[in-house]
Amino acid sequence: MFRTPDALKRQYDVVIIGAGGHGLAAAYYLARDHGIRDIAVLEKSYIGSGGTGRNTAIIRSNYLTPEGVRFYDESVRLFQDLAADFDLNIFYSRRGHFTLAHTDGTLRTMRWRAEVNKHLGVDSELVNAAFVKSKCPLIDLSCGHGMPILGALYHPPGAIARHDAVAWGYGRGADQRGVEIHQFTEVTGIDVKSDHVVGVQTNRGYIETRRVLSAVAGYTPRIMNMVNVRTPLVVQPLQACVSEPLKPWLDTIIVSASLHLYVSQSSRGELVMGASLDPYEVHSTRSTLDFVEGLCGHLLDLFPFLSDVKIMRQWAGLADMTPDFSPIMGLTPIGGLFIDSGWGTWGFKATPVCGKTMAYTVANNEPHELIGPFRLSRFNEFDLVGEKGAASVGH
Amino acid sequence: MKLISCPVNGLRPLQEFSYGGEFREMPEPSSASDAEWADYVFNHDGAPGIKREWWYHIASGVWFIAERDTLKDEIMRTYLYSHDSCRTSRDI
Repeated sequence: MFRTPDALKRQYDVVIIGAGGHGLAAAYYLARDHGIRDIAVLEKSYIGSGGTGRNTAIIRSNYLTPEGVRFYDESVRLFQDLAADFDLNIFYSRRGHFTLAHTDGTLRTMRWRAEVNKHLGVDSELVNAAFVKSKCPLIDLSCGHGMPILGALYHPPGAIARHDAVAWGYGRGADQRGVEIHQFTEVTGIDVKSDHVVGVQTNRGYIETRRVLSAVAGYTPRIMNMVNVRTPLVVQPLQACVSEPLKPWLDTIIVSASLHLYVSQSSRGELVMGASLDPYEVHSTRSTLDFVEGLCGHLLDLFPFLSDVKIMRQWAGLADMTPDFSPIMGLTPIGGLFIDSGWGTWGFKATPVCGKTMAYTVANNEPHELIGPFRLSRFNEFDLVGEKGAASVGH
Repeated sequence: MKLISCPVNGLRPLQEFSYGGEFREMPEPSSASDAEWADYVFNHDGAPGIKREWWYHIASGVWFIAERDTLKDEIMRTYLYSHDSCRTSRDI
């Protein structure tokens, strides 16, 4: 699917750190739309080994802030054409996305989100419990008699996709246009002269370059420490799991922030499930029993008939959380160093639009208009983008 | 089960505790510049390492300091906050 170049060149026009979906998408759009093809994508492990292959593959744009809605909606639009762009099946499957409300307070926030969404042209509506039941007949609306379902935010374009295929598609498309993807190549330092990037040190040799894009999500603080740039990022594990394969019974995506649960059924029949972040900073992708116990308890509140179903495997990814639940994208105080980070629990769905806007930003040395609000300097300017529509935010 | 040693109550399960974030020294609010204040409010040393953190024992209401390796998720030491124990340099 890709060439495996055996050695690094001495010099590249652009170096991208991280061969996940975001880094490969940026390489793809730089090569396709901006004619910049002298690019090395450096990956310390294998393609898609980080957050790209560890998320629960949900795509949606029913966020709360106008900045977020505009940005993620462009991503949903781009996702719908990707399979044709790549000539590769990414198993994009439109399912409809329900965010359940169990309290009056949540219903109020859902109404707010629905109105912001509709104002910006996104298909999104507040629905009652009977509608939820009609689209998902096996749900227990009493929710174990603890927190009955009062209604939901319904987002018909909500979808899932094969996350690995998204990275592979972008990787292959970039590779075909001359981009070099170097796996198992770790960046160990970034050289800066007169406040401008001049080169990158790796475990396979030195590269001269004037432009570097860091697209490493949970590893961003380690990269930024190399150039003494401080960020608000705090890394916390986000765990997920899948059940054994079942016959198809769930064709919607069900999310409950109050129950810390999101679940969909993959094309292989597995239930793909996630919960909330681990409650403190850890830089390891270990799994815990606490997580599976908590998640399964809540899953059984919604779907009691699953009590005999086995969990097949679980894993974790590193989520780089920001104080306002919005990403950090664009320029940095170091000339020629670009940042694509702060992807917390919302990175996969943004893959295409991140690639496209970061490619523009790197090519023109100015932020794309869609990502201006997400600049790193917003924290110094006390100009945050409070995204309460993010998956990890309870209401 | 993961255990944490509370300086008052001894070894207790993790579920009895709540994480209070990185211990940071607050600049003097009346004299700090906007940039210093923003740095204090928002920025962190987000890279892995041995960090000094606030932890809270929920059952007994005890706030204390833990020194923890955030790469291995291992607590090296816990102690009650005191002016002297926490005024030392950033390198633990």
